[in-house]
Amino acid sequence: MKRTLPILAVFTALLLAYAFYEAIWVAPMERTMGDVQRIFYYHVPSAWTAFLLFTVNLVASVVYLIQRSPKADAIALVSAEVGVVFCTIVLVTGPIWARPVWGIWWTWDLRLTLTLVLWLIYVSYLVLRRFSDSSQTPKLAAVLAIFGALDVPLVYFSIWFFRTQHPQPVIGGGGSIDPRMLHVLLINWLAFSCFAVVVCWWRYRLEMLQRAVDEAESLESLMGVQQ
Amino acid sequence: MNAVKYLWAAYIATWLIHGIYLGSLARRYGRLRQRMKDLGKKEK
Repeated sequence: MKRTLPILAVFTALLLAYAFYEAIWVAPMERTMGDVQRIFYYHVPSAWTAFLLFTVNLVASVVYLIQRSPKADAIALVSAEVGVVFCTIVLVTGPIWARPVWGIWWTWDLRLTLTLVLWLIYVSYLVLRRFSDSSQTPKLAAVLAIFGALDVPLVYFSIWFFRTQHPQPVIGGGGSIDPRMLHVLLINWLAFSCFAVVVCWWRYRLEMLQRAVDEAESLESLMGVQQ
Repeated sequence: MNAVKYLWAAYIATWLIHGIYLGSLARRYGRLRQRMKDLGKKEK
């Protein structure tokens, strides 16, 4: 068990390198956008991974509210934190793609605005967890997470049900994609998902260690007061 | 449209963000190890 994380980390690094090679050199060039379309192989898997992590956060938050399990609370915190990192990448790579293709960095389009709102909700979740010392914080954060998760399907389906400037979905929803491009997209998603698992695992260990040290320090200061 | 610089900018930005986050985790881990060491010394 102790060796699983390093083995998974090495496997993930190799997979990420292979996915990068596929995205840059193997995937066919898109006719109208050219090479800039290859941003799609980082942008879309990052978005899907963020959605997945926010879903994990929702499930862990519900489990915490039902069982008051500290492990579920730690999983909720970790998945939100790593999810925010992936969502930040989506919000950074999107405008870098939009500038040469649309001629603008940003537009207040429904998909883009909802993604920004999603990011702000989870940043506020992390701010609450970081700066509130109340014993009620995990409960409040879990409730906030449930409301925050409502934005995930809104972001995902916004391009299905509304006319937006954002490109239409490539899988389902009437869009189409070259099978070679789809293959590269799925490899990149697998690589980024494995990377997210490795980072979450490491962050979870760190969180549990942090809680153990905090507990030991407060116990020690309590014993100091009694003496 | 040949905008390769945007492609590289996006890829570099992605790994820069991941690098900053992983660096912050490594620093947090270092501080935690120090606190554990200090706790161990006090117990002795």
